Amino acid sequence: MTILLIYVAIFVGAFFAVKAVASHLTKRSDFTSRKTVTFGDESAVTANRAASVISVIAIFLIWGAFTGSSWSPIHAPGPFVGDATFTYTAETPDGQRDDGTVHVTVFPRDAAADAPEIEPGDGFAKDDAAKVAAWRSVLIRVDRNDELGRDEGAKVVAINGQAIAPGETVEVDSGEVTLTPKGTPNYKPEQGWQMEPVWLPPPEAVVGRVIEIMGGGYQNFTLAEHVGWSLFRVIAGFLAGALVGIPLGYAMGLSDWFRGWFDPIVEFMRPVPPLALIPLVIIWAGIGEVGKVILLFLAALWIMTIAARAGVSGVRISKIHAAYSLGASKWQILRHVIVPNSLPEIFTGARVAMGVCWGTVVAAELVAAEKGAGMMIMVASRFQLTDIVIMGIILIGVIGYAIDILMRMAENWLIPWKGRG
Amino acid sequence: MTALTIEDVSMRFELPNGASVQALQNINLDIGTGELMSVLGPSGCGKTTLLNIVAGFLAPTEGIIKLGNEVVHGPGPERGMVFQQGALFEWMNVRKNIGFGPAMKGAPRAETEARVTELLEIVGLHDFGEKMIYELSGGMQQRVALARCLANDPEVILMDEPLGALDALTREKMQSLVLEIWKKTGTTIILITHSVEEALLLGERLLVMAPRPGRIHKEYRLPFAEMGVGADLREVKHHDDYGTTREEILSMIWDMEEEIMGRSETAA
Repeated sequence: MTILLIYVAIFVGAFFAVKAVASHLTKRSDFTSRKTVTFGDESAVTANRAASVISVIAIFLIWGAFTGSSWSPIHAPGPFVGDATFTYTAETPDGQRDDGTVHVTVFPRDAAADAPEIEPGDGFAKDDAAKVAAWRSVLIRVDRNDELGRDEGAKVVAINGQAIAPGETVEVDSGEVTLTPKGTPNYKPEQGWQMEPVWLPPPEAVVGRVIEIMGGGYQNFTLAEHVGWSLFRVIAGFLAGALVGIPLGYAMGLSDWFRGWFDPIVEFMRPVPPLALIPLVIIWAGIGEVGKVILLFLAALWIMTIAARAGVSGVRISKIHAAYSLGASKWQILRHVIVPNSLPEIFTGARVAMGVCWGTVVAAELVAAEKGAGMMIMVASRFQLTDIVIMGIILIGVIGYAIDILMRMAENWLIPWKGRG
Repeated sequence: MTALTIEDVSMRFELPNGASVQALQNINLDIGTGELMSVLGPSGCGKTTLLNIVAGFLAPTEGIIKLGNEVVHGPGPERGMVFQQGALFEWMNVRKNIGFGPAMKGAPRAETEARVTELLEIVGLHDFGEKMIYELSGGMQQRVALARCLANDPEVILMDEPLGALDALTREKMQSLVLEIWKKTGTTIILITHSVEEALLLGERLLVMAPRPGRIHKEYRLPFAEMGVGADLREVKHHDDYGTTREEILSMIWDMEEEIMGRSETAA
C-alpha cells in the first residue's frame, strides 16, 4: 500500500516537474503544438518520452530502494541489525517475582554471528543471550537457565514492565515480543520496509545471476541455450502453423466445401486455450521437442487460418472484377491479387500468433521440460532462487516485446500499403 | 458497325424473403463502334446491373449480350472496366498497375514497358510511374485506372461512375480526359453516372433509365460530346440546348424519384 502511494506520488510529481521544465525549455511550434483541442483528439496524443523514461527509472528505483540495493541512492528503512535487549518478569506460584534481561544479536542474513556473552545476573530469573538473523524471529527459552522455571510453575508475566499473557504482544526496542501459548517469549526484530531477498532480490543480484548463468549455466544449460531452445520451439511451431494454416485459410476463403468442412473444427478449436492442450500433448508426445512443437503448431494454426481466411474474404470485389476484366486467370488472380491483398491480415495474425506461441511455450516449459526459459524459472522457484525467477520473467518479457517490435518492423518494410487500400 | 448488342436482356432475382425483384426488363440496345454512350437514372434503376451483365460479371435471366458476333459468357479483356475507386492494386506501383493486363497475357516485357510509358503520357502522369497508388490523389488514381484499362486495347470500355468520388474541379479535368481518349482511340465507351451534367457532356447518346422494373425510359442523341473534344467544357455548358436538355432530364428524374418515394410511403 505504501509502495503504491509512493508510486502514485512519483507519477504525479514527475508530471508537474516535467511539464514545468518543458514549458520553460522548449517552445515547440509544430502543427500538433498549435492544436487547442487535444483532449479527445487521438492523433494529438503521443507517448511522452520523458514519462516513459521516468516510469522505467521509477520502477527500478522503487525496486532498489525496497530491496536495499547498493545501486539505489535512497533506501527504505531496512530490518533491524545489531544488539537489542529487553527484560522479562517471571513470577512463581507463591508470588515471587524477578527480572531477567535478554540480549539478542540480530545479524544480517548473509553473515553469521554469535550470541553475546553475558553474565547470568542474580535472582531466580537469569539473563539470557540469543542470536537471530534479520527478518527472522527467535524463541527465548528463558526458563532453561532460570532457577525457578516452568517445571516449578514460574511464568513470564511482563516484558519491560508491561504485563503480558500468552498470545499477547509487547513492543520493545527494535522489535516486538510475543508470548507463545506455552509462555515462552518470542522475539521478532523490526522488519523495516525492505523486502527479504527470498521474496524480491535487489536488481544487482538479478544482474549478477544473468552474468553467472550466461557463463556457467543453470540446470546443465547456459542462459543462451535455455532462451535459444524456447525461441527455436516458437519459431518451429509458428512456421509449421503458418505453413498449414495459411493455405487452409485460403481454401476456406475460396471454396464453400472447405469453408463448410473446416468451419466447425476451426470455430471449435479457436476458443480452446493452447494451455488446455498441454496435458493431452504431454500424454501423446511426451515432454520432448516434438510435444512442444506440436503444441505451438496448434496454437499458431487456428490464428493463422482465421487470419488468412479474413484476408481472402476482405478483398474488395471491385479488385477481383478489375483483374478478371483485365484478362487475368484464376491462378493469376490468386497470385497477384488475393495473396498480396491478404498479406496485411496475415501479418496481423502472425503478430498475434507469435505472441500466443511465446506465452504458450513458457507455460509448456513451466509444466514439464528439460530446458527452456520457463523450465529455468520453474526449477529455480522450487529452490527459492527468486533472483533467477525474476531474471527469467524479465527476459521473457523483453524477448516477447522484441519479437513484436521485429514483426512490426517487418510489416512496415514488407507491406507498406497496409491500411491504405 | 455494331460493337455491342444487348438483346432482350431481363434480370430477375429472388430475395431471401421470397419476393423477387425485376431489376431489368427487356433491354434492347445496339451500340455502334466508337460510340460514347452515357447511362443515367435514379438509384435502383438497374444501370449498374446492366453494366455488370455487359462486363460478364452477371448472367442475365433472359437475353444475350453480343460483342461483334460473339456471345458474352464471362468477363474478358476485350471489355475493359473502370470502377469508381479502390479497384487499383495498392501493392503495385503505377507502372505495374497499368501494365497488369499485358503482363497477365504474357506480353513481352519491353513491349509492355513501352506501352505503359505511352499511356502515362496520355493520362498526364509521366512523372508518377514509380509512385505507389496510395501516394496519389483521387484524381490521379482514376487516371491510372483509365490507363490500366486502355493498356489492354479493349473494344469496349465500361465505366461505372468512375468520377463519382472526385471533387468538381478534378472531375471536370477528368471529363476532358475521357473525351480526349475517346476521340484519340476511337473506343466504344459506356459510362454510367448519376450526374446529369456528366451524362450530357460525355454522351453522344444518352440513355435515361427508369426503375421498377429497370427499363430504358428515353434516349437522346446529343452534340455536346463532340463539341467538348479539345474545348473548354464550360463553354459547352453555355450552349442553349444544353440548358434545356438538362432541365428536361432533371425534371424527368425528379418525377421518377418522387414516384418511388410516394410508392414506398404508401407501401409503408
